[in-house]
Amino acid sequence: MANNLSVFDIAGRAMSAQMLRLNTTASNLANASSTSGSEATAFRAIKPVFKTVTDSPGVATVQVDRVVSSNITPTKRHDPTNPIADKNGDVWDAGVDTAAEMVEMIEASRQYQNNVQVLQTAKTLTLDTLRIGK
Amino acid sequence: MANGETLFGLHGTALALRSQRLALLASNIANAATPNYKARDIDFNKALEAATSGNGTNVDQAARGALGYRVPLEASLDGNTVELATEQTQFAENAVKYRTTLSFLEGRIGTIMSALRGE
Repeated sequence: MANNLSVFDIAGRAMSAQMLRLNTTASNLANASSTSGSEATAFRAIKPVFKTVTDSPGVATVQVDRVVSSNITPTKRHDPTNPIADKNGDVWDAGVDTAAEMVEMIEASRQYQNNVQVLQTAKTLTLDTLRIGK
Repeated sequence: MANGETLFGLHGTALALRSQRLALLASNIANAATPNYKARDIDFNKALEAATSGNGTNVDQAARGALGYRVPLEASLDGNTVELATEQTQFAENAVKYRTTLSFLEGRIGTIMSALRGE
């Protein structure tokens, strides 16, 4: 194949990007019920930004450009019994939309599976081609 | 290449083009979640015609000449035009056709081998 980027590279790098997306979702869900003593230090959901990496026209894979914090504002809750509450007795719950994170998780795992399927098909076809004439 | 073409006929070129299309469809599936990614595909018949026309067009040039953008059935908000249902069916179809071309090649090699052996 003339391309520098083989099907294995394309699917493999897409898999690692999807895996990072799944990792951020796991972090977000793990921190969903964490609280903080101020709005600034409260946990905010993190999201990866995907970017296309083009080799030749039409042949492209994907990579994670950067990971950004989402702009969901943490919710203030009055809880004076909490030891980390501020002088007004308020704490801030993490800015995580759990329903959206669950959707994100399912989507990431489905797209990961798609790339595994691509890899498997490409592998079978390559092995069949190697066996040609035998 | 001229000798290879007479030996394997259309199928050698077809196999190379199928392999290129496989990479293209894999790219589309890989970028299913990338904002502003535009899905691309090649018009296989057009590419095969160009590659076998005998005017010196090689497989890479033929594939590039027949490259186009996929028209999505439904536009998405993030500007991504990959529709997984479409891409997956196209990918499966392309894989089966690759395997078919491979079978034609195998048949041809078998014929030539038995002619060479004189059995």
